[in-house]
Formats: sequence, C-alpha cells, structure tokens
Amino acid sequence: MAIKPNENFLITKLDWVANYVRANSLWPMPFATACCGIELMAAASSRYDIARFGSEAMRFSPRQCDVMIVAGRVVMKMVPVMQRIWLQMPEPKWCISMGACASSGGVFDTYAVVQGIDRFIPVDIYVPGCPPRPEQLIRSIMDLQDRVKATGTMFGSEFKERTASDRPRALGLEVTPSEQMVSPGDYQTSTQEWNR
Amino acid sequence: MNHEPTLSKLRDKFGADGFTTSQFRDNTRIVVAVEKIFDLLQHLKDQSGFDMLADVTAVDYLHYPNAADRYGVIYCLTNTTTGERLVVKTFVNDPEPTVPSAFPLWKGADWMEREVYDMFGVVFEGHPDLRRILMPEGFASFPLRKDYPLRGRMERHNFPSIPRSES
Repeated sequence: MAIKPNENFLITKLDWVANYVRANSLWPMPFATACCGIELMAAASSRYDIARFGSEAMRFSPRQCDVMIVAGRVVMKMVPVMQRIWLQMPEPKWCISMGACASSGGVFDTYAVVQGIDRFIPVDIYVPGCPPRPEQLIRSIMDLQDRVKATGTMFGSEFKERTASDRPRALGLEVTPSEQMVSPGDYQTSTQEWNR
Repeated sequence: MNHEPTLSKLRDKFGADGFTTSQFRDNTRIVVAVEKIFDLLQHLKDQSGFDMLADVTAVDYLHYPNAADRYGVIYCLTNTTTGERLVVKTFVNDPEPTVPSAFPLWKGADWMEREVYDMFGVVFEGHPDLRRILMPEGFASFPLRKDYPLRGRMERHNFPSIPRSES
C-alpha cells in the first residue's frame, strides 16, 4: 500500500533542519566587561535589534546560551571565570570575540590584561573595533549564521574533528631584555625601537 | 590651612630634628624615619585629631634622580572636624621593605596596606591579614615596582588553555 502524503510534507536532511533552527536562534551569553558591552546593549536594543536575526534572548545563565559574546578586556583574574562559563555552555556553542581588547588586548598591554582571549578559549568570529559599532556585531552574527549553515551537523561532529588547538600560540618572550626596564626620566627606553 | 599647632605639638614630642617638613602648593608633607612612623601617626591621631586615614600608597624611587631610598610609603591623613590634611611619608629599602602597620590606629588601613603590599611588596608588620588584594593569588611579583617590565613577566600565560575539542 503506497503512502499518500498530504500537502504538509517535506523531505530534507536532518543536518539542514538542525542548522536552520540553530542559525536562526543564536542566543547570546553577554560576557560584557567593558565599553564593548554598551555597544552590545545597543545592538540588542530597538534601534539595531539583533532580534531580527534570532539573537534577542540574552541569557544570563550559560546553560541556555548558544554563542558567548566576549565584549571588552579580560583581566587575568577573569580568565578562570570565562573558561568556566564557556565550559558550562551546552553544545553546540560558538564564541564571538568582540572588540580589539578581547581579540588582542587592545591598548591594555599591561601585566594584568589577557592579550587575546583566543589563547584560553576557542573563538569563532573576531569583531574589530574599539568598540565595534552594532552593525559590526550584527555582521558577525550573520557571518556566524552562514558558518553554522555551511558547516553545522546534527550532532556537532564538526567540532569533534578539531582535536588540535586552533588558537594562536602563546608568545615565547613578551619583551626583549633591553625593553624590560623603564625608569622615570628615562622613559624612552621602553620605546627605543621607535626612536631609531 | 594653618598646620602650625599640629606641627608645634609634633616638635614638642619628637624634637625639631625628629622629622622634616616640606611644602608643595597647599600640601604639607612630613617626612619621618621608619622607626618613628608608628609613634608619629599615633600622636597625630590621638593629640591632633586626625581621625581618618584617607589613603596609604607607595612610590618606587628606583632610578629616580637624587633619590636616596627606594620605596616611599605615604599616609594621607584627614582631621574630619577641622578639615586639616597632612601627608606623612617614610622611606624603606630592599631587601625587606618593612613598615609597621597602621591597622591598630585606623581600621581602614587594612585593605590599603594590602594593596601597597600587592603592588610594591612592602610588608606591613602587624597587619592582621597581609595577602594580595588585586592580583591573583599565584602572582609571583610586584607589578608597580620600577624594575617590573612594562608588559609583564609572562604571568599571563600560566592559565590552562581550552581548545575546541575539550569544550
């Protein structure tokens, strides 16, 4: 006996369905530590409205989030917190590094600030800017949607294949010995490379 | 603000050569040897009514022109009745810069001395709980010392890194 489908019938791939629903409901975890967080709020508010892209539900519990948006500089003491929140998020999950500070340390090249969160957690999308405009964040969400739609799988096997660390390696030496000391009245020692 | 009554009382107690004073704009500064710093602070609190310790901070004078000592520890005192303010300063040196804690006089010295210890490594003797307040516990050096490199001694790389396959 042949099955007679009615008009509410669709044949597709499970991966496609999973990607379709995941890409259009990327709930952010707002890990906002600095001024980028203000732009993140602006992106979520009515003028820019990332709800148009399915990202309107900012969840302050990591267990209900899909994408962690690290907005702002991260200090050393914050790294274990950030890693714990990242590990608490359920798969599949993605990470957006928003702004110059989260991506590279920005102007805060000091003893206390992490020079790029990608040394400590995996990052999928980097957003440049100091701080980035909300349009840039929306662009990053759209890029992430494209990425999810292009590479996503039902059971997240695209993550399992990435066994190697995909982060930049830690710098072997942060400063040369001649740059290591700076003294008052002699402050050009720190920038002598520039003065040559 | 006329500091003469306060200073004359100090001179009676510690002698005219027990401390030196200097002036910068409207700041009057008292420089005293580290052996006398606690007695002087106690005298200022009990006899001259400096009931508030507004700030404790420090300066590293390494490579500073004409500096004789390395660390300056600075107490900013306020008399909340008269509004009189004084800056009291003392100097300590390596290898073990040690200052008596002002915690028995002002409870507010607790965290401020911890911050000075955290940033400069100046030990406050008699402090009830002298441990780091800003930097992580495992941090091994004192970042506001002038011989600390501008970009750190790689403490920033000591955290574990989580790759995608492990998260």
